[in-house]
Amino acid sequence: MDYKSSDGYAGPRSEDILPASATAAVKVVIVGGFGVGKTTLVGSVSEIRPLTTEETMTQAGVGVDDLAGIEHKTETTVAMDFGRISINEQLVLYLFGTPGQERFWFLWNGLFEGALGAVVLLDTRRMEVSYDVIGRLEERGVPFVVGVNAFPGAPRYPMSELRTAMDLDESVPMIDCDARDRASCRDTLMALMRYLYTLTTVSTESQ
Amino acid sequence: MSGPGPDPTAQPPGNPDRLYILTGGQTRPEAKTELDLVTLIVTRSESDPGLQPEHTAVVRMCDFPLSVAEISAYLELPVSTLTPLLTELLSKGEVEARPPVPTAALPDVQLLEAVMNGLQKL
Repeated sequence: MDYKSSDGYAGPRSEDILPASATAAVKVVIVGGFGVGKTTLVGSVSEIRPLTTEETMTQAGVGVDDLAGIEHKTETTVAMDFGRISINEQLVLYLFGTPGQERFWFLWNGLFEGALGAVVLLDTRRMEVSYDVIGRLEERGVPFVVGVNAFPGAPRYPMSELRTAMDLDESVPMIDCDARDRASCRDTLMALMRYLYTLTTVSTESQ
Repeated sequence: MSGPGPDPTAQPPGNPDRLYILTGGQTRPEAKTELDLVTLIVTRSESDPGLQPEHTAVVRMCDFPLSVAEISAYLELPVSTLTPLLTELLSKGEVEARPPVPTAALPDVQLLEAVMNGLQKL
């Protein structure tokens, strides 16, 4: 249970407290369609039970259900689950899961700004979401790897076939990722870090 | 301070009125402090007794560093509502902000090595 203080607000449990020496954080975004395993992945590697943060988007209503004379606004609230990995005494890594559908892209501005990179969790049953996501990440210049979360009973395709289907550049790593398995999720994150490492060293050498 | 237990008159988190009161109707602070989801917030001093409950909760919670995202989760407040509240606490000097590691176009090699070493231990 969360610790509830006299003011009624929960705070971190004692085991979830970061050391006072924590000076800075970095983030990685896990993106994919509904039910693809984003939260499962976050939960598999997080040192805290995944938490949920919300963001709201307000839009002026467009004529539907309008009451005469009353300004009509709709508010969409989107929840993002996230987790945390303490890298060392100073550095903390946060993992955010965000839905990949286009209507949630408004979340992306604050989220991808300063992010190290992204893991696209691919659902082989619904490829089109990942297709849009990948295009969008490429546009934004966010480095990413693709994790293929193979669900039991989901169609299995060779990686090369998936790569072709998504029109994915040869250089972008693809890796099998069982979102329930800690080691598998760690390896997926490692694949992202190695990829970033390659990109960084290549760009340093070419300067 | 009253005892524990839910206040029957308390409004549920996310209630628009509550959000309005918290931000004073202001969602865009004039002096824009760049607060990222992973900016770490740490309390600097004993909390000022005149603070609003949500402000006090932040000050108490951030005895040890907490990210903006974590504070938002624990207070059940959207980040857009929390940001002006934090900005106010920052300007009063109640809390300090530790910005995320800046990653220009690409993160630096040392940072990546540190993360890889950390992940290796999982």
